[in-house]
Amino acid sequence: MTYIKPKFRHPDLPKNAVGFTKTDYEGVISTLCAGCGHDSISGSIVQACYEMSIEPHRVAKLSGIGCSSKTPNYFLNNSHGFNSVHGRMPSVATGANMANRDLIYLGVSGDGDTASIGMGQFVHAIRRNLNMLYIVMNNGCYGLTKGQDSATADAGSVSKSGSVNPFEGIDLVGMALELGATFVARSFSGDKTQLVPLIKAALSHNGFALIDVLSPCVTFNNNVGSTKSYDYVRDHIEALAEIGYVPEKEEITVSYDSGSSVDVELHDGSSVQLHKLAEGWDPRDRQAAMSRLQQAKAEGEILTGLVYVDPDSKDLHEIIKSDKRPLNSLKEEDLCPGAGVLAMINDEFR
Amino acid sequence: MKPTDIKNPEYFHKVVDCQYACPAHTPVPEYIRLIAAERYTEAYMVNWESNVFPGVLGRTCDRPCEPACRRGRVEEEPVAICRLKRVAADNKGDVTSFMPQGPFVPNGKKIALIGGGPASLTVARDLAPLGYEVHLYDNQPMGGGMMRSQIPSFRLPDSVLNEEVGFVLDLGIHTHFNTRVNSLRDVLDQGYDAVFVGTGAPKGKDLADLPGRWDAKAHVHIGIEWLASVAFEHTAKIGKKVIVLGGGNTAMDCCRTSRRLGGEEVKVVVRSPFKEMKASPWEIEDALHEDIPILECHVPKSFVVEDGQLKGMMFEKVEAKYENGRRKLVSTGEPDVFIEADDVLVAIGQENSFPWIERDLGLQFNEWGLPVLDEKTFQSTIPNVFFGGDSAMGPKNVITAVAQGHSAAVSIDLFCSEKSVHDRPSPYTNLISQKMGIHEWIYDSPVSDDERFKVPHADKALTLKDRKKEVELGFSPETGFKEAQRCLNCDVQTVFTENKCIECDACMDVCPTSCITFTVNGEEEDLRSRLLVPADNLSQDLYVSDTLKTGRVMVKDEDVCLHCGLCAERCPTSAWDMQKYLYSVTKAGNQCGILQELTT
Ligand SMILES: Cc1cc2nc3c(=O)[nH]c(=O)nc-3n(C[C@H](O)[C@H](O)[C@H](O)COP(=O)(O)OP(=O)(O)OC[C@H]3O[C@@H](n4cnc5c(N)ncnc54)[C@H](O)[C@@H]3O)c2cc1C
Ligand SMILES: Cc1ncc(C[n+]2csc(CCOP(=O)(O)OP(=O)(O)O)c2C)c(N)n1
Ligand code: SF4
Ligand code: SF4
Ligand code: SF4
Ligand SMILES: [Mg+2]
Repeated sequence: MTYIKPKFRHPDLPKNAVGFTKTDYEGVISTLCAGCGHDSISGSIVQACYEMSIEPHRVAKLSGIGCSSKTPNYFLNNSHGFNSVHGRMPSVATGANMANRDLIYLGVSGDGDTASIGMGQFVHAIRRNLNMLYIVMNNGCYGLTKGQDSATADAGSVSKSGSVNPFEGIDLVGMALELGATFVARSFSGDKTQLVPLIKAALSHNGFALIDVLSPCVTFNNNVGSTKSYDYVRDHIEALAEIGYVPEKEEITVSYDSGSSVDVELHDGSSVQLHKLAEGWDPRDRQAAMSRLQQAKAEGEILTGLVYVDPDSKDLHEIIKSDKRPLNSLKEEDLCPGAGVLAMINDEFR
Repeated sequence: MKPTDIKNPEYFHKVVDCQYACPAHTPVPEYIRLIAAERYTEAYMVNWESNVFPGVLGRTCDRPCEPACRRGRVEEEPVAICRLKRVAADNKGDVTSFMPQGPFVPNGKKIALIGGGPASLTVARDLAPLGYEVHLYDNQPMGGGMMRSQIPSFRLPDSVLNEEVGFVLDLGIHTHFNTRVNSLRDVLDQGYDAVFVGTGAPKGKDLADLPGRWDAKAHVHIGIEWLASVAFEHTAKIGKKVIVLGGGNTAMDCCRTSRRLGGEEVKVVVRSPFKEMKASPWEIEDALHEDIPILECHVPKSFVVEDGQLKGMMFEKVEAKYENGRRKLVSTGEPDVFIEADDVLVAIGQENSFPWIERDLGLQFNEWGLPVLDEKTFQSTIPNVFFGGDSAMGPKNVITAVAQGHSAAVSIDLFCSEKSVHDRPSPYTNLISQKMGIHEWIYDSPVSDDERFKVPHADKALTLKDRKKEVELGFSPETGFKEAQRCLNCDVQTVFTENKCIECDACMDVCPTSCITFTVNGEEEDLRSRLLVPADNLSQDLYVSDTLKTGRVMVKDEDVCLHCGLCAERCPTSAWDMQKYLYSVTKAGNQCGILQELTT
């Protein structure tokens, strides 16, 4: 057995603004199948966090069960982590977020974990606009349990054993739009030039950000006839726009013809730059996004990119006006403000 | 960029930094793995075929491989390649069955080798098994050349040298020792099919014009002459106070030998600044350890002699000034410095000298007094006269002499077979997959984190008393194993097959040293700047694939690849494979027994 990642790194590895190299964002060596799309997504998360100069201790990574849900072990080893039960990551994330809004919440799930057992949890996290990035590593099957069709498998898609899926697939992007999600994107594990800026934009978004990432399962769902294989996805992909992420402090240097490009300023002052936009589409227009998605579906295209964003989104804390401080920093006098305050509250009801 | 042509034998050869840097191109990682496997005899033979003197070189080599070693680019220190070679030599078993087995069927050709140093001995080793009748002439009583006359026994014990010179002479060489050749014409007249000149650079430079030089002549010695007279036991003593002039390795051997022959206050005095001294860092370190101060920036002015007796030397103090990259030594204006001495050793360089080659034979010399030679074939302007070693291109070292000996032997063999000396056979190469199964490779792929191990030394109190007592003790087999594990196996190549790649990025993501990038093609300079980590080390190649399905190419910067195999491990389609590359330089008759045996 010779499966050990050496300690040595490239001597010229650059450092980011907080003095870390990419190594500081790595996890242990992956035990997923060689070539699994999920590993590339882990790579993109590492890249995005490094480039954004996020201090790793400010991130909480959460997951459910599945190959996809194992990945938090393979990135951000210096961050907080919670590997929950199957489909229950959104509840744990909600609890954690309510207790401490200062952390950056990064949830990782699979199509099984999200669209079957965890569906009830998923929709409520969206509905509440919980401030988190929710990545679905979508391979159209239950990888960990050996490749059964999942609820996102397309009707007509052929499994490795040759059976044809008779059920309609759930489109998580369409559903999230319908539920009022404030940041909705789709991408492909094999396209880091798109995925990395999307992750960065999603981390800058205030509210629930979904990225549905097509992520081929090389072992159980990369066969001819599958609609989630490397070849099929590459052949049917249709990007809505080229995407760039511009951090808050940097000036926008590239400018494109108006009409074919849009800059969207995000909550934290950073912005996403989209150019070569698909015709008649504005990422701030939910209706347009929904109809473009329907159209792509009818034409058999896999639409990728930032589908919808609400730059003025208000997250759960703002909606319920909760305390700005993390619970663990509240003192006894904050939690038990005394008889005077109680009397004041009681007076309000008289 | 164009796709890399990995079929070109030089491409992967260059990736094996140590082997590429070695003048004889010894397959370093191959023998290091054999040492780790405790197969010392085979490790020795891999060396022997390539460099003829593993035991000598494992102690004394100039080791150009070590500064080249890839490990030195990912951490502080390279692999202790040279001292590992000694581990093979020290622990080898009976090698006789691996040696060329004589008697050899005569091929009817007769050759003369003038000089019995490493260059000539290499030619003898390569040609005797092919049936040549080899006659070796040397003015010294035994073979070995400067390995015997110059390299002191405390660095190279006689027993080690005798054994390895013996391996060559036992191949049926006709030796003519104590025989100085005084005329090339006479040699040519004896009807040899070819003559090889390996007479070295036997003349030490002097300070003939320095005031007092000749008044003090009994106590002023030329370094290499003095070392030879110590080696052959004509000299056994030196004065208490000794000045050694010069900053090269000869000076280091002179001062350390003086310490063993009665020198108590031995000083090395150099003209240049300390940091520009020519001696190898480890030789300087050893001299300092033996309490020998090195005085820099002192230019000799005169020998001070009173009543016919040497008292010492006067020096002018200087400092180095640099103008347009050229160094000038300028007086500091301080008063001259007097240093006492009973004896002075002048070790300021060597020269070639060919008083025995008649100038009317048609053998041309260049402006530096060196023979005019073809750089590849070592053929002189007399077609059947070849040169090699220090006599060919000026004083270098043992491993260069060996390398040139191999090349000259190829030329002589071609010449004697009436073939063109320019039509040289290709090197022997082989590329073999190392895959055994999931997570299993034939080679030991994990990368050790150990730092370089130090070679233990014998107690100074003992070594300074006995000029023949070896200072370095060599690695124990246990430390040798650990040091061997530091080798990155740079000969186990990452081989890419583009039509198998599905562009999943797994290799790029897993590579610990960020060597692999998938990107759109471009000119080399542009591509180098666009890799995950820009490829700024221009001496290392980029391995570029043909265009892949998505229109990108795979670019691998060979610079700091650890040869850990993780890319191949994580590749779902085996588009990457780890394959061991063997490269054995062309030798006369293309013999490469042990390597072929070990790999087929
Ligand atoms: C003090 C000193 C220390 C050194 N230490 C090292 C070291 O640690 N490592 C290293 O790699 N190199 C070292 N070298 C250099 C190394 O010894 C030489 O580069 C190497 O020996 C050259 O080999 P060669 O075969 O060309 O000639 P040589 O080894 O010089 O052999 C030439 C032989 O030819 C003989 N000869 C010359 N003229 C005639 C003639 N007319 N007739 C008959 N015989 C003749 C000479 O006596 C000699 O035996 C050292 C050199 C010196 C001076
Ligand atoms: C409560 C519960 N039910 C069922 C399982 C069995 N199980 C493990 S992983 C998995 C599906 C995982 O699919 P997905 O989320 O798509 O992850 P993938 O492995 O494909 O990345 C199931 C059903 C479980 N672990 N727990
Ligand atoms: S690590 Fe080993 S194979 Fe690589 S250059 Fe150094 S000694 Fe040679
Ligand atoms: S062997 Fe492969 S993974 Fe390992 S350092 Fe080299 S390129 Fe990177
Ligand atoms: S791991 Fe293999 S298949 Fe994947 S990108 Fe690298 S070479 Fe291609
Ligand atoms: Mg799945």
